[in-house]
Amino acid sequence: MFSYLLRRLVSGTVVLGIVSAIVFGIFFILPADPARLSCGKTCSEELIVKIRHTLELDQTLPVQYGRFIKGIFVGRTYLKGTPAELNCTAPCLGYSFQTDQPVTALLKDRLPATASIAFGASILWLLIGLSSGIVSALRRGTWIDKFSQGVALGAASLQIYFVGLVLQFIFVNKLAWLPAPGYSSPLHYPVDWVKQMALPWITLAFLLSAIYSRLTRAGMIEIMGEDYVRTARAKGLSNRTINMKHVLRGAITPIVTVFGLDLGGLLGGAVITEYVFNIPGLGKLSTDAVANLDLPVITGTVIFSAVFIIVANILVDLLYAVLDPKVRIQ
Amino acid sequence: MSAFLEVKDLCVSFPTEDGVVRAVDNLSFTLEKGKTLGIVGESGSGKSVTSLAILGLHKGSSAHVTGEILIDGQDINAMAENEVQSLRGNLMSMIFQDALAALHPYYTVGNQIEEAYLVHNKVSKAVAKKRAIEMLDRVGIPDPHKRVDDYPHQFSGGMRQRAMIAMALSCNPSLLIADEPTTALDVTVQAQIIDLLRDLQKEFNTAIILITHDLGVVSETADDILLMYAGKEIEFGTVREILQKPHHPYAWGLLSSIPRLTGNPDKALAAIPGTPPSLISVPSGCAFHPRCSYVSRVGQACSASIPELAPTSAGAHHLVRCHLDSTIRENIFNSEVAPNL
Repeated sequence: MFSYLLRRLVSGTVVLGIVSAIVFGIFFILPADPARLSCGKTCSEELIVKIRHTLELDQTLPVQYGRFIKGIFVGRTYLKGTPAELNCTAPCLGYSFQTDQPVTALLKDRLPATASIAFGASILWLLIGLSSGIVSALRRGTWIDKFSQGVALGAASLQIYFVGLVLQFIFVNKLAWLPAPGYSSPLHYPVDWVKQMALPWITLAFLLSAIYSRLTRAGMIEIMGEDYVRTARAKGLSNRTINMKHVLRGAITPIVTVFGLDLGGLLGGAVITEYVFNIPGLGKLSTDAVANLDLPVITGTVIFSAVFIIVANILVDLLYAVLDPKVRIQ
Repeated sequence: MSAFLEVKDLCVSFPTEDGVVRAVDNLSFTLEKGKTLGIVGESGSGKSVTSLAILGLHKGSSAHVTGEILIDGQDINAMAENEVQSLRGNLMSMIFQDALAALHPYYTVGNQIEEAYLVHNKVSKAVAKKRAIEMLDRVGIPDPHKRVDDYPHQFSGGMRQRAMIAMALSCNPSLLIADEPTTALDVTVQAQIIDLLRDLQKEFNTAIILITHDLGVVSETADDILLMYAGKEIEFGTVREILQKPHHPYAWGLLSSIPRLTGNPDKALAAIPGTPPSLISVPSGCAFHPRCSYVSRVGQACSASIPELAPTSAGAHHLVRCHLDSTIRENIFNSEVAPNL
């Protein structure tokens, strides 16, 4: 178990290394000069040379990448030995060209909003998706099943930027039941937090619960045909026990897998949701960074979300071993 | 005094898109406590459908079940689902062919036996676990207090079937239905399981219905044999009657197709020509007539009308459904079939 975890962590680190190298390569592949980008509009050749030196862009690519990686683990110092010495502590991902803030601080700043969206929405979509899927499976072929699966099919075909804008138009602009979406700290303003997050949660949950509903329904129906469910009936168990214990238990494993990966992906930035609702999360940070060619921020957000996805993958694999006793981790 | 289990005119049919499948057609038989009835037939002959009907497991499905299934005088078929539910696993229980598929992969063997016990007995979990260990011990699982926490996949095939038996017998049922309990097992393990079932039957005086296509297995365990073909009972009698002097041409075919250790290895094994019929369009008359080698000795009747289930010359207990005249039948068996067995 421990050695398995260690191996997964090592391979995860390797993947991260590859991801970081590729993203780092953008600096050089893009037809844009980072020095010029970070310099602003009123810029002289002199200044560019200076900036190039400050950002250590005058070094070779491997040296720069090496220093970048080193910065993540032990921090780095720009302009060492000069009066303008700049100490970037680990994990250092550089400074934003736009705001000059450390990328790490930006990520830390934006994570709570994204995490709020991800966790809130995931609870909603699990509740709605699982319960409607279970009801559909148990009432297969009835109007309840047809209705909920019809809604699910429709919902799964819609897009966040459509549903989100429609909901916002109705509930914020027309009915004024909710304030404009945004982010307030749940610790200090819990009520505002819920009110502002409500639409992003509902929008995301609307689309994702559709997928979970179909997944749950299909899984349960498949398991209902298993021999061990017939055995459970032959034992004299009630339908409720059979469905909620034996059937659901058999169907839940793939759902957990998909859920782990979805949540991991979302934590790296609910890009479209944040963009549509203008919520200052990681997704918004990365789209803004792309729009402004803010290379250090792009690199930072990509690596950060890669970390979430890799960690989610490892957790899902570990969870699999808990859920399925046949999977023995060696 | 009526029999412990009495099945009267049981019909089970399933509506499908291609038509109605008549899986069991007018089946009647009886079984006493402590006795074993072997139901023998090919795949699709209605054996398993019959056993599921006895447990009331068709309730809530699209199957249409008519007739009476009386256990201790109570008609299972007339009962509501929740009434039958309280009898399942308690009065009657069932063990299935493929124990790996029939046990839940995500629960321990102990948990599954406890569950079967707890649902019919108001006891604590600890008592149920003790019962599970006791049952595992009784069916011959070594180290039962350790193995009780194993998952089904950690058991060998034979042990899984033992665990199934432990589960089925945990509430001391009066009727046990064993649906091909040994088909998925090695021959040596088969013998052990058969012995185990026989011992347990003596101990608990259980009535057993053994569903199988293996005449070897029934010959060792059953008291009576019910031979089924295309959902119909075609011959019924004691093991001795059916194995030594069967009356139905289908039974002759089954017996002739058993390979014998003393037989000539160069001789091709006898087989019944053709395949079992589709239950949607069962052949007219006797369902077996398209495959029967003796149709010419009867004439039109075979394809025109369904023969009655009638007593043979052996007595009222031995029944057969065949148009052949009983003396002709005996002559054919003695002169043409028996010498080749």
